[in-house]
Amino acid sequence: MVAQEDTAATPMLDVVDLHKRFGNLEVLKGVSLTAQQGDVISMIGASGSGKSTFLRCINLLEIPDAGEVRVDGELIRMVPARGGGMRPADAKQVDRIRSRLGMVFQSFNLWTHMTVLENVIEAPVHVLGVPKVEAIARAEALLAKVGIDDKRDQYPAHLSGGQQQRCAIARALAMEPQVMLFDEPTSALDPELVGEVLRVMRQLAEEGRTMIIVTHEMRFAREVSDTVVFLHQGRIEEQGPPEQVFEAPRSERCRQFLATTANATVGVG
Amino acid sequence: MLRFDEPWTLFLEILGGVPNTVSLALASLVLGFVLAVGLALMRLSPWKPVAWLAYAYVYFFRSTPLLVQIFLIYYGTGQFEGLRESWAWPFFREAYWCAMLALTLNTTAYTSEIIRGGLQAVPWGQVEAAKACGMNAILRLRRVIFPQAIRQALPGYGNEIVLMVKSTSLASTITLLEITLIARKDASSTYTLDALVIAAAIYLFINLLATRGVAWLEYRLSPELREARILKALPDPGLSHVH
Repeated sequence: MVAQEDTAATPMLDVVDLHKRFGNLEVLKGVSLTAQQGDVISMIGASGSGKSTFLRCINLLEIPDAGEVRVDGELIRMVPARGGGMRPADAKQVDRIRSRLGMVFQSFNLWTHMTVLENVIEAPVHVLGVPKVEAIARAEALLAKVGIDDKRDQYPAHLSGGQQQRCAIARALAMEPQVMLFDEPTSALDPELVGEVLRVMRQLAEEGRTMIIVTHEMRFAREVSDTVVFLHQGRIEEQGPPEQVFEAPRSERCRQFLATTANATVGVG
Repeated sequence: MLRFDEPWTLFLEILGGVPNTVSLALASLVLGFVLAVGLALMRLSPWKPVAWLAYAYVYFFRSTPLLVQIFLIYYGTGQFEGLRESWAWPFFREAYWCAMLALTLNTTAYTSEIIRGGLQAVPWGQVEAAKACGMNAILRLRRVIFPQAIRQALPGYGNEIVLMVKSTSLASTITLLEITLIARKDASSTYTLDALVIAAAIYLFINLLATRGVAWLEYRLSPELREARILKALPDPGLSHVH
């Protein structure tokens, strides 16, 4: 057994005992999660359960109060902060690790003063130092992959929500990240635009990308994920393969949550 | 009361004040803009003493008359023996440099508030997206925040440019021969208004150029809005088959 553990690959993402509070509200009460290379993990739960906060703590858009985050074995070094909690020890390390984690936001957050193509080449050119010609060639391939290559010279304001989100996915992919983080990527979309974004995400999952997805799309989570995590009031209440979580949840709360969302997700995906 | 016997000579005489007026406005606007960017960043600093210092500066220069500031710098500095004997005296002795200093300090205060508004108008989500890509603070400012803040601030800044061109006329009170002082001298020696009318016309023309320049810059810097406007102006292709 020991020998087997030694030969096991380093997890792509390893989060240990994450705590986060906003004022008096304790949003995360010790959440741990491990993702191996190629894992697709969906996080579900009611709003306020802490799933988005957890995702944002992974790339330090929120600074956790306690806990550890490792990306491909590299620990994000933290030091005690004045007035409690902790803060990153090394801003350069944080930037470097963020460049290896692709993030897709609920509200797309494209840079509105740049065209679609400029959005996609921005970080590869200015953060990674990729030559512009090479970055453009790669960006064009990615835009074709997400199906908006005809929009390359348009500004985000002229795109539909679904197109904007696909552009945001291409922007994140352009960094060739080790892990993709999706923060409710379809929640801001009109129902008829959800499908085109989920299709792209499904394709990425099939390619073997490591993905952590915070979502309300239960059917999608069920079909695409290797692991489903149900968060309730800042704790992991249920975790396992989708068949187990969706069909035979051990937790009563998880059962209730799935019962309330079951009707809402029919016909999506 | 108007006297139009020799308008051309009078015009040329007043035109002689244009270099002083324009160079004063231009130099203090450029210097002030650079300082204002720093001051606006100080104002937004999470480090409280720095933010307060910036606010105190803005409060002082916005709340005292520019004329008083000009007098304080031009007449006030001469009161200090140490300064009169220092290397800086050739600078403070000249009305031109004193006026430029006062105008620069003044426009820095106003411009920093305009820029602060622009910086705060940049959607936070776009800054987070930049962070998430691994951009460091300087890169975020340079590539995402400033380009959008400047566009946002430009209409307000156009106002500041016009105000600065007009404010240079206050330098006439400390003997600087710019447009207003030349015109006023003629007006008081001839008891006619021609010179002042011509001066007003010249200010109008300078500010016409300034406002057109800002409008052009606004157009150049906002291609995304420009295209949206053009698209809106075009007839909706989806409706064409109805007719």
